[in-house]
Amino acid sequence: MTRKRIIKGQLLEDSDLVTLDELCRSCMVETETVTLLVAEGILEPQGQSAERWRFGITSLRRVKTVIHLQRDLGVNLAGAALALDLLDQIAELKRGMQN
Amino acid sequence: MEYKDYYKTMGVGRDATQDEIKRAYRKLARKYHPDVSQEADAEQKFKEVGEANEVLKDPEKRAAYDQLGSDWQAQQDFRPPPDRESGFEYTGGSRPGGGEHDFSDFFESLFGQGGSGDGRRGFHMHGEDHHAKILIDLQDSYNGTTRTITLQMPGVAQDGQVINRQRNLNVSIPRGIRQGQQIRLAGQGSTGMGDGKAGDLYLEVEFRPHDIYRVDGADVSMDLPLAPWEAALGTMVKLPTPSGVIDLKIPANSQGGRKLRLKGRGIPAKTAGDLYAILHIALPPADDPGTREWYQRMQRDSEFNPRAKLEVA
Repeated sequence: MTRKRIIKGQLLEDSDLVTLDELCRSCMVETETVTLLVAEGILEPQGQSAERWRFGITSLRRVKTVIHLQRDLGVNLAGAALALDLLDQIAELKRGMQN
Repeated sequence: MEYKDYYKTMGVGRDATQDEIKRAYRKLARKYHPDVSQEADAEQKFKEVGEANEVLKDPEKRAAYDQLGSDWQAQQDFRPPPDRESGFEYTGGSRPGGGEHDFSDFFESLFGQGGSGDGRRGFHMHGEDHHAKILIDLQDSYNGTTRTITLQMPGVAQDGQVINRQRNLNVSIPRGIRQGQQIRLAGQGSTGMGDGKAGDLYLEVEFRPHDIYRVDGADVSMDLPLAPWEAALGTMVKLPTPSGVIDLKIPANSQGGRKLRLKGRGIPAKTAGDLYAILHIALPPADDPGTREWYQRMQRDSEFNPRAKLEVA
C-alpha cells in the first residue's frame, strides 16, 4: 500500500454522445454489427447517415449485452432486442416499486 | 483443490445424453446470465454452469472427466492424476468468449488453460473496454468519496499466456453522481497489443438501498410521519436530509400524502435534484383508556365525514 494513487475518471452525462467509430472500438465490433443493431431498432442514433451517427452513452452497454446474449444463449437479434426491452421494463418497474 | 461435480452443476444424471446436456445448459444459461438474471449470485453461477458445459458438451473432455470420476471419493480433495498428459488428450479448442471466462483450478489442472483467445489476433490491437458496477451509498453522492475497487482482469504474460490479474484501483467518486451514471477511466481496461492503446474501464454506479431515502434520478424522497395534531395545526419538525438536519415548517391542514418539495436538496448533480418529504399521518393507537376517550370525544363532537366524496351516508 505504498502507492495510493487516486484515479479521477470522467463522469459521463446522459447527454454525452459517441461516434460510430468510438462505439465499434469500445465494444470491439465491426461497423456492420452496429448497422444491424440500428436496423433492428436496438440502437437509435441521432443523425441521418452512418457517418453522422451519434449514439447515446447507454448504447455501449446495449451493444455489449446483445453480444453477450448472442454468444452465450444463442439468441438471434430479434430475441436480443426483446430481452433488452424487457430488461428496460423490469428496471422501470423496480424504480416504480421503490418510489 | 476441490473436485467439481459438473453433472450436479448442470442438474443432469451421469448418463445424460448430449442433447439433455445441451438443453440443461441453455436453460441454466438463461436463468443465470449476468446480463439478464435477477438472481443475486448470477455471475458466479453462470461461470460454474459455463465451465460444466465446456467439459460435458465435448464428448472427448466428458470422457476424460468421467474416467476421473470412477475413482473419485465424495468430498475428497482432488489431486490431478500424474499422467494426465498422456491420459487425457483432447483436441484443444478455445475458451468461450475470449478472456472473459476464468475457469477453476480444477478445470485447468485437467484441461490446461485452453486457447488464449484475445491477445493473439493482431500485432497492434486496441485493448478491450471493460464494464463494472460499483455500489455506493447515497451519502457518497452528496459528499464525493474515494473507493478502492478490485478487478479481475485477463492479461497476457510475457510468455504469451493468458493470466488473470487482480488489480486494485483507487477511484474518486465525484460529488453529484446519479444512479446508473458511468465514470470512464481512460486506459484502465485491457492492455493493448503492440502499439495498440489500452482500453477504458467504465464504472456504472449503483446506490445501496437506504432505509429512509429513495432515489429517482437526481431527486430524493423520504417519508415524514406526523401526529394528526401536527398535520392539522401545523408545526416545525427536524428533518434529517442527506445533506444535514434542517428545520421544516409543516403548514396547517396538511393532508397525508402531501409532498413538500425542498428545492436543490436532492443529489447535487449538474442540475441539482430536489428532496421531497412525503407526509404520513401516524395514528396514535387507541389501546389505553385515555386515548380511547380522546377519540370518542372527537367522534361525538366532530362533523367530519372522510367519505363525503363517496356519496354514501
